[in-house]
Amino acid sequence: MRGGSYSVQGSLALALALVADASASGLWCGAVGFPDLGLESAAAIGIALERFVLVPRPGDRALNAVATLSEVLSIVLTRTSGSVRQADADRVAARLRERGAVLICVGDWPHPTSTLRVIDSSWQGLGTGRGVLGERTLTVQTRDRRGPSTRTIKFDGGRPSVSRTRFLEALR
Amino acid sequence: MTLRAGQASVGPERTIVIWIPDWPIHAQRLEREAEQRLAPQEPAPPRALGDSTLHTENAVGTTTAATPTALISGHRVVACSAAARAAGVRIGLREREASRLCPGISLHPHHPETDDRRFAPVLAAIERLAPGTQQIRPGTCALRARGPARYYGNEQAAAGALLRLVEELGFPEARVGIADGRFTAIHAARAGSAAHGIDAPAAGIRIVPPSASAQFLSALPVSRAAPPDLAEVLFGLGIRTLGDLAALPEESIRQRFGPSGVEAHRLAGARSTALDHAPLPATPREIVLSLDFEPPLSSTDHLAFASSAAAERFVTDLLAEALVCTEVRIELIDDVGIRYERTWAHPGRFTASDLINRIRWQAGGLHGGTERTGAGIAALRVAPERVERTAAHEPGLWSGEPDERVHHHITRLQNLVGHDGALIGSLVGGRLSTERQRFSPWGTRPPRTAHRSLGAGPWPNGLAAAGAPTRVFPTPLPAELLDASGSPVTLDDDLLSSDPASLRVDGHGLSHRVIAWSAPWPVRERWWASSVERFRMQLVLDDGSAWLLHRTGRVQRGPRARNAGGEPVTDDPDDAARADASRGLPAWFAEGQYD
Repeated sequence: MRGGSYSVQGSLALALALVADASASGLWCGAVGFPDLGLESAAAIGIALERFVLVPRPGDRALNAVATLSEVLSIVLTRTSGSVRQADADRVAARLRERGAVLICVGDWPHPTSTLRVIDSSWQGLGTGRGVLGERTLTVQTRDRRGPSTRTIKFDGGRPSVSRTRFLEALR
Repeated sequence: MTLRAGQASVGPERTIVIWIPDWPIHAQRLEREAEQRLAPQEPAPPRALGDSTLHTENAVGTTTAATPTALISGHRVVACSAAARAAGVRIGLREREASRLCPGISLHPHHPETDDRRFAPVLAAIERLAPGTQQIRPGTCALRARGPARYYGNEQAAAGALLRLVEELGFPEARVGIADGRFTAIHAARAGSAAHGIDAPAAGIRIVPPSASAQFLSALPVSRAAPPDLAEVLFGLGIRTLGDLAALPEESIRQRFGPSGVEAHRLAGARSTALDHAPLPATPREIVLSLDFEPPLSSTDHLAFASSAAAERFVTDLLAEALVCTEVRIELIDDVGIRYERTWAHPGRFTASDLINRIRWQAGGLHGGTERTGAGIAALRVAPERVERTAAHEPGLWSGEPDERVHHHITRLQNLVGHDGALIGSLVGGRLSTERQRFSPWGTRPPRTAHRSLGAGPWPNGLAAAGAPTRVFPTPLPAELLDASGSPVTLDDDLLSSDPASLRVDGHGLSHRVIAWSAPWPVRERWWASSVERFRMQLVLDDGSAWLLHRTGRVQRGPRARNAGGEPVTDDPDDAARADASRGLPAWFAEGQYD
């Protein structure tokens, strides 16, 4: 886990749930490049906001910010819009390995330790003109050294409905 | 000298506290009278203090004393006169409540700096009579009892002399308290004459006999010594009075409540605290950083480099006085004489590098501004706004401050992305998602909320925390919601005009089919001010994404709108929608996405 980089595709909630475990246990985490992050849902997922450093608009210095933050934070959440140059990614990866930090990237990241791709998302609780959004079921395809596998994760009331440790195991 | 050292080791010294009740009211009255005096005539020459205050007392003092007065800050009463108190007005009451209880009350805004400014001459007058007087807060000051007591014969005579002086200055209701230690003396001054363990030899004089302070304090509620949150906890544990608290062993308090608990415990036991030994200097005005640059510096890096040695010296000078700085005022003066001033607070304490960073950020902010015309910064002034003892800032087991390393790196990051580029978020109260979150730059004092539970409090028509979207757009994105026939979905009262079939959100690609939606629910805010009501709804699209939309509905007719009566208020949603459509305005906005 430590020193690795993860690419999450298709769900911000899934990426936040990956951070929540470490954040709730007292580690410092951060997010780079999310000007539209919903703090209330992040707190509901289990992130301690007082230890969550936000750099909403890093501009073209996103990777610099990620590298600086990975020196002191345990998990850095970021997002990529275009493709990341391999040289930049290597530089960040070296910093991550050195500090034992984890990078979670919403979007593509070159050669991640593991890729989590949401292949199906379904909602319950909402009908045609009635109800409210309730449980969410994500079908996640993970792809790592051991090859691809598919898991189902449920989010109930903002939180993953499985316990934290089982949530991480479920993704492994 | 040996005698005093011996006494100090036993307990806190005998202390005299002079307390003028309702000081902010007096300060405000003096300020107003000064304005009235100045208005019709030419500015009066500065007068000796005794004269001016005596004059005011004779002239207008009697009329204003009878008028109930209260000072307001943040819509709450922060100080009230005796007449207002007699009508039931209390500190902390809402402004509206105060005017309801006491209809003739005159309400004024509270200016803390007036309190300080008006108290300074009083303090100087007391100082002339008994040197070594220190201000605790405006209206209350403390001095050692030993000198005056020996000069006047005994403590009662000294208290009488001080009281006469303050009365001559125009404050006949002042009180003097004498006890072991400053904390006990403050509470003695405020105690009733029949309070337990107190001597009241004359009106306005309260003396707690030597080494009877603990006994006097034991009956007071625990909130007098402990900060509010700790007092609440102690009260919940059944520790209601200072006597209960003092009876506990200090070690147990230290283990459970940390430094603030120990401080409260020492106060409750009438033992000496850091306050008693060496009173805090108001602000060491002599320690300032002042640099002039010739030629003016235009680059922030040059400025930071040029001020680094001076910043280091500034912090070291403060440390030599056993002080640390938690708030500074930085002034940058450019070559055409324009002054840029800003106060910076620090959650911990300023180190030299923190100070240089603040200078750098402040200078960096100037370059962004358009009004700056000069060639650069010609002078720099840094003065401490707020200082605290070093003892209070030693890192302990309970330090809630972030790790030094985290702080250092994030500060470095701020040099990269700007001071307000690295933020810490917090939740606050509100209805719309954007109103429920607040961001504050890293390294500034976190904004205080009046109630801790504000974010969690009931907000009717709001979403539950579980229903909060993971993405909240700072400005809502225009969205196009169409029905099966391709015409826009509008609202008919609080129902949808037709079933939505497709949704397209600006900046989020092509339109997708709507597979499920909620009934729109109204969010009525500020209905009394005839604001526009909003409707929100949740939707699920066929690509698995879910959205939170809102649109504006009709204008609400509040009582104010009715009273004003002037403008006709449209309340026909179709009219509003048609008007919007004709102007090409989008009707629906995406507030957030469940990503």
